[in-house]
Amino acid sequence: MDSPQTGEFAHIGKSVVIKGELSGSEDLYVDGNIEGNIELRNHSLTVGPNGTVKANVSAKAVVIQGKLDGAVTASDRVELRKSAAVTGDVTTQRIAIEEGAFLKGKVDIQKEAGKAAAPASS
Amino acid sequence: MASVSDNVMKFFRNSSNQNVGSAVPQRLTRRSSGMGEISRLLNSEEALCVLDMGSTSASNIRFFTGKGHKIYSEDLLWSSLDPALRIQDNAGNPVLDSKKFLDENLVYPNARFDIVLCWNMPDYMEESLVKPTIDRLWSLMKPGGLLLAFFHTRDAGPDSICYRYHVTATDVLEMQEVKFAAPGRPATDKQSPRLQRVFNNRHIENLFRDFASIKFFLARDAIREVLVVR
Repeated sequence: MDSPQTGEFAHIGKSVVIKGELSGSEDLYVDGNIEGNIELRNHSLTVGPNGTVKANVSAKAVVIQGKLDGAVTASDRVELRKSAAVTGDVTTQRIAIEEGAFLKGKVDIQKEAGKAAAPASS
Repeated sequence: MASVSDNVMKFFRNSSNQNVGSAVPQRLTRRSSGMGEISRLLNSEEALCVLDMGSTSASNIRFFTGKGHKIYSEDLLWSSLDPALRIQDNAGNPVLDSKKFLDENLVYPNARFDIVLCWNMPDYMEESLVKPTIDRLWSLMKPGGLLLAFFHTRDAGPDSICYRYHVTATDVLEMQEVKFAAPGRPATDKQSPRLQRVFNNRHIENLFRDFASIKFFLARDAIREVLVVR
């Protein structure tokens, strides 16, 4: 995913540094530096190529192009793009990992109620 | 005195930075007796806890999670190249800080593994880290757990290609050349790790002396597969 239109996402630019709890009810694109926790419940988080996130993340979908240190919980899917570097456990229903992505941690695929687990794809 | 960059570069082969930016490297295949034994365990047990110590592999994660097992991924070879690990001993020689390495890697307070896939990591890792790493793995495995490692035989040349391994549903492994951008080098300047040494049988038995049993499989491609039981 390339950098999204800012009208569709809340956008944290690469010069922005945030420390603390971050929650919201819209999709979020982070190309800056966040330290704390991020909770978006029914929305998506995208960590851009310049993004550095040190936080536990909870969202519907998480797309990572940059660096993320922390546990990732996604109720729907996680995507690790080729430039992603993730250190932390990933819990989700579906995960896609591009060639070149780095992951250090556990992958736990949670079965959706009434459906079989959808394993990782590349 | 050699720079940090010079010290790091001894872990890479000289001639492999061609094809930078080319498509994903081609995958070769090899039959693995050790993986065959592990496959039988994977197929007969549920919810096993697996540690994959190769480069992050989407296909391995897909394979293990698809079978309902828990998969942990940790690329120790890459982690061992961290320039912050490089210190000097009392004589001023560059050495790796194995204590710092183990403080930052293989830290799983809540996990005990049924299967550990070391692949060829011990042959390409700085020697001072190998034994402490194997000892840590012993403490992280369940009694009866299996560890698979590949060691080159003396027939392998110093420029033996470093492969990452992707599991399949059988005893056949897909192999893909590993290329890293060395720390301090541009991300586009990817090179292949260099074989650091060849362990003989006695060295290998010493490495795993705390384990319950060890089984060797000699393959045709100058690889000695080692399947160890915790």
